[in-house]
Amino acid sequence: MPILTMNNVTMAFGGLAALTNVNIKLEKGELVGLIGPNGAGKTTVFNVLTGIYTPTSGTIEYMNDNTKTVINNLKPHVISALGIARTFQNIRLFKELTVLDNIRIAIHKDVKYGMAPTFLRLPSFFKEEQSLLDNAYKLLKIFNLDSKKDELAKNLPYGEQRRLEIARALATKPSLLLLDEPAAGMNPNETAELTELIKWIWKEYGLTILLIEHDMSLVMKICERIYVLDYGMVIAEGTPEEIKNNKRVVEAYLGGEAPDA
Amino acid sequence: MAQFLQQLINGLSLGSIYALIALGYTMVYGIIKLINFAHGDIYMIGAYIGYACIRHFKLGFIPSLLISMVACSLLGFAIEKIAYKPLRNSTRIAALITAIGVSLFLEYSTMAIVGATVKTYPEVVKTVTFTPIEGVVINIQQIFIFSVTIILMVILQFIVHKTRIGKAMRAVSADKDAAQLMGINVDSTISFTFAIGSALAGAAGILVGIYYNSINPLMGILPGLRAFIAAVFGGIGIIPGALIGGLTIGIIETVVSGYASSLYKDAVAFAILILILLIKPSGLLGKNTREKV
Amino acid sequence: MIDVMMSEINTPEAMNSAKYPRKFTLLKKILFIVLFYGIIQLLIFLNVINAYYQVTLAMICINIILAVSLNLITGFTGQFSLGHAGFMSIGAYTCALITLNMDTPFSFIIGLIAGAILAAIVGLLIGIPTLRLKGDYLAIATLGLAQIIEIIIRNLDFTGGPRGLANIPQYANWTWLFLFTVITVVIISNFINSSHGRACISVREDEIAAEAVGINTTKYKVLAFIIGAFFAGIAGALYASYFYYIKPDLFGFLKSIDILVIVVLGGMGSISGSILAAILLVIISTYLQSFAEFRMIIYSVILVLIMIFKPQGLMGSSEFSLNRFIQETRKNLQKLGQKLHKVR
Repeated sequence: MPILTMNNVTMAFGGLAALTNVNIKLEKGELVGLIGPNGAGKTTVFNVLTGIYTPTSGTIEYMNDNTKTVINNLKPHVISALGIARTFQNIRLFKELTVLDNIRIAIHKDVKYGMAPTFLRLPSFFKEEQSLLDNAYKLLKIFNLDSKKDELAKNLPYGEQRRLEIARALATKPSLLLLDEPAAGMNPNETAELTELIKWIWKEYGLTILLIEHDMSLVMKICERIYVLDYGMVIAEGTPEEIKNNKRVVEAYLGGEAPDA
Repeated sequence: MAQFLQQLINGLSLGSIYALIALGYTMVYGIIKLINFAHGDIYMIGAYIGYACIRHFKLGFIPSLLISMVACSLLGFAIEKIAYKPLRNSTRIAALITAIGVSLFLEYSTMAIVGATVKTYPEVVKTVTFTPIEGVVINIQQIFIFSVTIILMVILQFIVHKTRIGKAMRAVSADKDAAQLMGINVDSTISFTFAIGSALAGAAGILVGIYYNSINPLMGILPGLRAFIAAVFGGIGIIPGALIGGLTIGIIETVVSGYASSLYKDAVAFAILILILLIKPSGLLGKNTREKV
Repeated sequence: MIDVMMSEINTPEAMNSAKYPRKFTLLKKILFIVLFYGIIQLLIFLNVINAYYQVTLAMICINIILAVSLNLITGFTGQFSLGHAGFMSIGAYTCALITLNMDTPFSFIIGLIAGAILAAIVGLLIGIPTLRLKGDYLAIATLGLAQIIEIIIRNLDFTGGPRGLANIPQYANWTWLFLFTVITVVIISNFINSSHGRACISVREDEIAAEAVGINTTKYKVLAFIIGAFFAGIAGALYASYFYYIKPDLFGFLKSIDILVIVVLGGMGSISGSILAAILLVIISTYLQSFAEFRMIIYSVILVLIMIFKPQGLMGSSEFSLNRFIQETRKNLQKLGQKLHKVR
């Protein structure tokens, strides 16, 4: 059962078409890559999927708990509640807030207490705040960030910031995770660690993952399938092997040479 | 019909004033994304300098106009160097509040120096009127205002589009860092922009003194706000937009004042502002720019 | 699988918001507040704090309420609002009109609450359309809307027009002012230190990221406006009932700027900062009252200097903590001692 289907999605800004007739299908539990040269429209795909942009035409269907929803016109926070989470190309942590608060904000959805308990500090407030604290802490512990829970996010080293962003995305309990160039700016060691982390969360959380990446070692190693985007159009789709040998893909990237694997 | 034409003509004069002030707002916003709250007060100071020239130094209209413009451009230059330059990399709120501080400083310093009471402009341009059509009176001062505005605008357009410094202004507005990398002296370009904008405000000030006759230290607040609204209406950062915006608001205000209540004319500019911000925030001539995610 | 892992992890003892310490600090706080109230009340009774200083005290309370409520909107939620005095005027006029028409202490309470609710409704109405505006544009839009409110009030008959309303029954006194100041600070603090408050802060920090993790940014922006406007309405009602004369000019652009200056000086995102700054600025204003123009000139210079040298204000986005204050003072005195030593 496909968890996500993009049907002929076109995204145009004024006269400029960032995406043209994009068709992407993700089966539940897959780890799929989305690659393409810079400016191909990969992040635009993410923005359209998460409701930051509304597609000019086409539909996007999301299937969860046997309910199919068309998510074209939904606002980002609604889409997040449906179970789609993302990370950003240029890390968008809440930089001036603590590591702990970054997570606590992501689990705000679960909060049930309203204004009265908040203003008057009723017992239900304290009980829920404690469980919020506990859940946030536990998540941080899983990602080895618990010792830094009171650090400001901006003070974390780059690799840990990326890890925190992924942890925060997972705090929203998603079924579909969109990772936007998580390995950007990482050296081979860090990339190897990240690869392991992604594989681990994929299995442990039972996620479907769509991954944008430029680092081919990462892509080829863990993606089951790959979509290739160029100038806003899907120019190829297949297994890593198929993509590596696809002439159009090679041309799109380097004009003649195979992408570094 | 005659009354409508009269309102139109009055509106054009008022609108020209707004346009002159709006130009300063729009150029400064275009180049450093700051709403220069103090701009309306530079207009006020222009009026006072004109007053001093005419009343105390007994100068004629043109010399006074020029002196006023030069003095205001120096003032604008100084303000930018002292108060705004240190905040170039600060948050917008910090810059905005600084501008408010400068505005208050100008208003109350002027009040302390020349007193808060209204001063009357001596007659420097003889009041001659024409009546082209029955019921429509045009004052020569109105012709002055409109022609000075058009002349200054043409000069401005020339500077912006046909000179190197103008090109530098456009480049810095588009992308400050890239302009710097291309060898453009960003600091002088910004200073120049402030100087020109302030000169235009100064001109507006003296023209208002001549036409409406009375000036006071707080005269810059409301026209300043309205001129800013005009700039937003026409498209902030876009020079022709300031002219269109200024004239439009001037005309609408005069018409509302003439046909409806003059009490509500103050609300006109703000109502237009709300509408434009809700419908097309980039203004009449503006383009939509999205934040890159 | 992840659930099993989560359940196996125990949160450290230090993170438990245990009941014993909490109740104790609460008791301490209540004691402090009551004591403070008692002392001031005594001083008033003994006329140590005479009529002149009582006015200053009243202005401090009212400005604290205004600053803390604006801080919620602008400092914590990041929505730049230049029209806060508009909300205040609605509270003031509502309370004034109700007590003028029905002169009883009960009607004062009604006027107060009605004023606050009406202000909150206007906050809702202003909040909704201006939501998609950011930064400067939002500032100008709120300014414009506040001006429209002022113009409407100025042009209506029953509000007294430009001359305003006089002889408003006086019910507000130190007790009422203090009570509502405490209520405002407590409620807004409680809101900030909750998940809803954190949601507002996330809107300020990064709206797009906040939406991406499920925060309904629209809802929280509007909520901040509503709560902020509500308390500004209370401040307005208290003002009307204490100073017994109001007119549209009192609640104009300059008043909105005044409140903003307090918030910025205190530090956007710090409630204790707003309180400190309100006290400081009211005292400075009162002291400089005899030099009216110079007050404004000095004021404006202070404003510009603070923005250039310490834009985060007195407290930045942290709250006042006695421990930290003592540490910082100690450090500064040490540094001073070292410098003097070098000079010798």
